[in-house]
Amino acid sequence: MIDVQNVHKIFYAPHEIKALTDVTVTIDAGEVVVVIGPSGSGKSTFLRCLNHLETADHGRILIEGVDILDHSTNIDEIRAEVGMVFQSFNLFPHKTVKENVSLAQRVVRKRSTQEAKQRTETLLAKVGIEEKANVYPDQLSGGQQQRVAIARALAMDPKIMLFDEPTSALDPEMIGEVLDVMKTLAREGMTMVVVTHEMGFAREVADRVIFMDAGRIVEIGTPEHFFTDPSHDRTKIFLSQIL
Amino acid sequence: MEEQLTKKQIRFWSTSYFVILFFLIAGFVLATSQISYSWRWSVVPTYFFSQETIEVKSEIEGEVLSVEPAGKNTRIVIRGDDGNRESYEAPTEEILAAEGDLIFPGDTLATYQEWRPGLLLLGLMMTIKVSIYAIIIGILLGIIGGIGRISANPAARWFAYTYVELIRGTPLLVQIFIWYYIGSTLVNQLFSQYGGFEIPALWYGVIALAIFTGAYVTEIVRSGLQSINLGQTEAARSLGMTHFQSLRYIIMPQAMRRILPPLAGQFISLIKDSSLLGIIAIRELTKATREAVTTSFASFELFFTCAALYLVLTFTLSLFVQYLEKRMGTS
Repeated sequence: MIDVQNVHKIFYAPHEIKALTDVTVTIDAGEVVVVIGPSGSGKSTFLRCLNHLETADHGRILIEGVDILDHSTNIDEIRAEVGMVFQSFNLFPHKTVKENVSLAQRVVRKRSTQEAKQRTETLLAKVGIEEKANVYPDQLSGGQQQRVAIARALAMDPKIMLFDEPTSALDPEMIGEVLDVMKTLAREGMTMVVVTHEMGFAREVADRVIFMDAGRIVEIGTPEHFFTDPSHDRTKIFLSQIL
Repeated sequence: MEEQLTKKQIRFWSTSYFVILFFLIAGFVLATSQISYSWRWSVVPTYFFSQETIEVKSEIEGEVLSVEPAGKNTRIVIRGDDGNRESYEAPTEEILAAEGDLIFPGDTLATYQEWRPGLLLLGLMMTIKVSIYAIIIGILLGIIGGIGRISANPAARWFAYTYVELIRGTPLLVQIFIWYYIGSTLVNQLFSQYGGFEIPALWYGVIALAIFTGAYVTEIVRSGLQSINLGQTEAARSLGMTHFQSLRYIIMPQAMRRILPPLAGQFISLIKDSSLLGIIAIRELTKATREAVTTSFASFELFFTCAALYLVLTFTLSLFVQYLEKRMGTS
């Protein structure tokens, strides 16, 4: 489903940082992969490379067999298949909740107004926010906003969902409601790549955990392996710091 | 930390405003009454509308054959000495000819009154017309330029930058001359072989103003677009929207709200700058006022009126933009 081969990424501004060094990983359909690691370890950059919000310098990234670094690839088509949820929600503030979810359905998927409306209602019900359909994002709590953002991404019927620290900007009491929606998605068999600090979520939901440090994948393993018997010292130190 | 005033102070200062304003106006009126200038405000309305007496005159020699009503008009038919017939029509106000009258060329058959728009009104309409055209073209140029300024394409970026610097760095008056004299010479020579094709001066004026305004709007649009959080673009693009779609549906609508106040200022400038177009023989409000002054010598009254008319235009625009802002603010 996702095939990342020897990906490198260097940022030059404000100063040179090797954000990703030789990252290689394959993620299967229906798999939930949680990416953890200290801040600045390159986990967000890795995630953003998967839908070409960042361009990898070297290597290959295949989404369902399509090389997204190839210039002849229509990246907009790939992105419609790869939903993304951001740490800061990034809802469209000038659109109502309903419009946030339906806009791209009409513009990108070319659905009819009626079709988009039905899909929007279904998804808002799914994330438990249908009664807020007509309000603007700034009238919602953080947790509600993030659930709308998930519905917005799901509206494209993506095959893959990327989550970039979806709960990091939330007040503690709202983290649960967002994680619940993500757990439901995982149960339904969605392919998910999740960058998070929620170790409980990783332990409970992840099929595999990737630990990154200084732009490299240090180790990949099942949650059991990872939380009970990590192979690398760097992983052990990290876990001892956060658990 | 905002300065706090007591209710008493607020009352004092707001009263002061009106008192000072009153004395300023009173002082001005007093000063003008001291100079030997005979105020003739009565001539001003005639420069908005004037009533003219139109005389319908015969062109031939002959005899009035018939005087008959034709709808609201009256038709006067004259039979010439050589047997030719000619008919004239005039509103039934004052008909001087009667059946059987002998008529010589130049004889007045009928007179009627007609309202004509005066110089100032025509000038005002011209100013409005030029400004509206220039604003519309200026917005288009500004949006294209603004998007160009932040484009990833270096050619687009540099073209937009060159445009802005070139236009902002030279006086509008010089630009108007260049567009008019050089532009019209070029057009005339290019099209002379296709049978004398001429663009009215109005369009050189509109183009000069639009391109001038467009440069400022470009910078306003650029800063508006840049003020929108990058996350908005990323969210739109991550949904599969193209660069254009994300600008059209996500970035532009949000930027518009921030752009509106500086844009209003720019368009108010444009309305005032249109007064320069008089130099290329476009009879806009200022030029019309100057012409009116030469015929009436009521220079004080006419220039005050002229200023008031500009104020009406700019203040209306200002109110309209405030209304737009409020409407966009609630949505």
